[in-house]
Amino acid sequence: MGGHSTYQPKSAAEKWLHERLPIVELVKSSALDFPTPKNLNYWWTFGGILAVMLVVQIITGIVLVMHYTPHVDLAFNSVEHIMRDVNYGWLIRYMHANGASMFFIAVYIHIFRGMYYGSYKAPREVLWIIGVLIYLVMMATAFMGYVLPWGQMSFWGAKVITNLFSAIPFFGEPITTWLWGGYAVDNPTLNRFFSLHYLLPFVLAGLVGLHIWALHVPGNNNPTGVSVKSGQDTVPFHPYYTMKDSFAIVVFLILFGLFLFFAPNYLGHAINYEPANPLSTPAHIVPEWYYLPFYAILRAIPDKLGGVVAMFGSIAILFVLPWLDTSKVRSGNYRPLFKGFFWIFVAVCIGLGYLGSKPPEGWYVTFSRLLTFYYFAHFLVILPLLGLLETPKPLPSSISDDVLAKKKPALPQGQAVPAE
Amino acid sequence: MSTAEHADPNRRDFLYIATGAAGAVGAALVAWPFIDQMNPDASVRAMASIELDIAPIAEGQSITIKWRGNPVFVRHRTQKEIDEAKAVPVTDLPDPVARNANVKEGDPATDVNRVVDGKEKLLVMMGVCTHLGCVPLGQQGDYGGWFCPCHGSHYDTAGRIRKGPAPQNLPVPIYAYISDTKIRIG
Repeated sequence: MGGHSTYQPKSAAEKWLHERLPIVELVKSSALDFPTPKNLNYWWTFGGILAVMLVVQIITGIVLVMHYTPHVDLAFNSVEHIMRDVNYGWLIRYMHANGASMFFIAVYIHIFRGMYYGSYKAPREVLWIIGVLIYLVMMATAFMGYVLPWGQMSFWGAKVITNLFSAIPFFGEPITTWLWGGYAVDNPTLNRFFSLHYLLPFVLAGLVGLHIWALHVPGNNNPTGVSVKSGQDTVPFHPYYTMKDSFAIVVFLILFGLFLFFAPNYLGHAINYEPANPLSTPAHIVPEWYYLPFYAILRAIPDKLGGVVAMFGSIAILFVLPWLDTSKVRSGNYRPLFKGFFWIFVAVCIGLGYLGSKPPEGWYVTFSRLLTFYYFAHFLVILPLLGLLETPKPLPSSISDDVLAKKKPALPQGQAVPAE
Repeated sequence: MSTAEHADPNRRDFLYIATGAAGAVGAALVAWPFIDQMNPDASVRAMASIELDIAPIAEGQSITIKWRGNPVFVRHRTQKEIDEAKAVPVTDLPDPVARNANVKEGDPATDVNRVVDGKEKLLVMMGVCTHLGCVPLGQQGDYGGWFCPCHGSHYDTAGRIRKGPAPQNLPVPIYAYISDTKIRIG
């Protein structure tokens, strides 16, 4: 990553360090001088927002561990102790709980942005795949964290999700027993979830490092989807995007603050303030909002194994998205048909989320099945066919041309040049 | 390294493969304790059986007790419930197997095969939905048996799955009558 910097160590001390560990050059070339397309819009700021949220979660999490007790008899009360007795404990716990939701809001926008602008296409397939891995680890981390307060929803969420593995033919039962460390979700389960919940954020940090590395090889995609062709198309990351990202981060933190200070329990479930009771399932159990679309898919299939396969399949399909989309044009801005289908897909995902929050009865089930069918059809039928049937709009000859054309709307038509 | 030009495997190839094989076996041996430590430990496995006095359970009443961390339903069924369960042909059941640890594996899910010693008044079974592990609610659902609120599975008065995503009947744990009014589970 050392190709973009003009770093010359000046003082003797800098020279001494540079010869032994060229870390200053690494930071300068990858975080300061890195050439970045000059037309990135605010949808591109969510990478930076996500990095901030990961740091917020790690810092608040480390503090919470100083006061939490991972034992079935003590966990619930230790969380209440954090809320009532620990200085600013309420603030730090609400930051952690709402921070998880904010993290998912940002990651969903980040993923949909990648989908709209074709950021998963060559040469960024590995970058995309690492991103899907990050999303999977995030989901596992959030799930295990939600179990730790040992409330009713914690317990029954843990039971239902771990029971998903019992659908595996032949090995289902030994695998669930192994996951639980017993014959039911109990203290051994809570202990191991606590251990892994502490570990996985650092795995995430490592994956984020790989994600950024894989980003810095081809460089950023951009709203035109046209590759960078010359120095005319880029600006240095600092100060242009450090400032743009910082502004977006502040705006995002205001949204975070609104939840944190005015509606800290809005995204949670009241029933989780009731201690776990292994003998009684709450009348209506639902996962946290960020899992709801997948929960709807699970329940849409009237067969245990089928439902579990469809649910995991709905995430696994993202891994092969770069090869399902047959269009050579990256950006949805130049794909008139894709643009419509993209927004239908977003609506379908939100619709599945709504259905996942409803009881599995009546027309909710019918619609869950319809939307589940559409979800898979989007990837397996619509995207492969669109690339073959659609006539894309002419692409700008370069990022710079596109920016200049937009700055001078008075220019006559025909500025845009046909596809490369 | 083993793609070298010479045709015959030489001493170096042998050492290379032998070292790799020994390393793989060693890694597997070291991995096993780290995997197996997550299985139920001795204190969990040793959880003793429990005895239950069934005399106080009147006809039409059920109780829920905890065994091995899971709820167990003990229901003193009414004659009507037993008759309803007996009236269903086994061929109509989504899961035609008894799922009773006290009878032969694979026996049909007739009502009498869901209990022990032919004592059909008392139904003893795990209160864990075979779909995703929630605790079903008693005397509810389309078949007057149990209904799971999580994902909508309906069980009949013999705890057999009739409708919904659950794949199996509620399992009957090992239990025995130690007297006319006492059973031992486990």
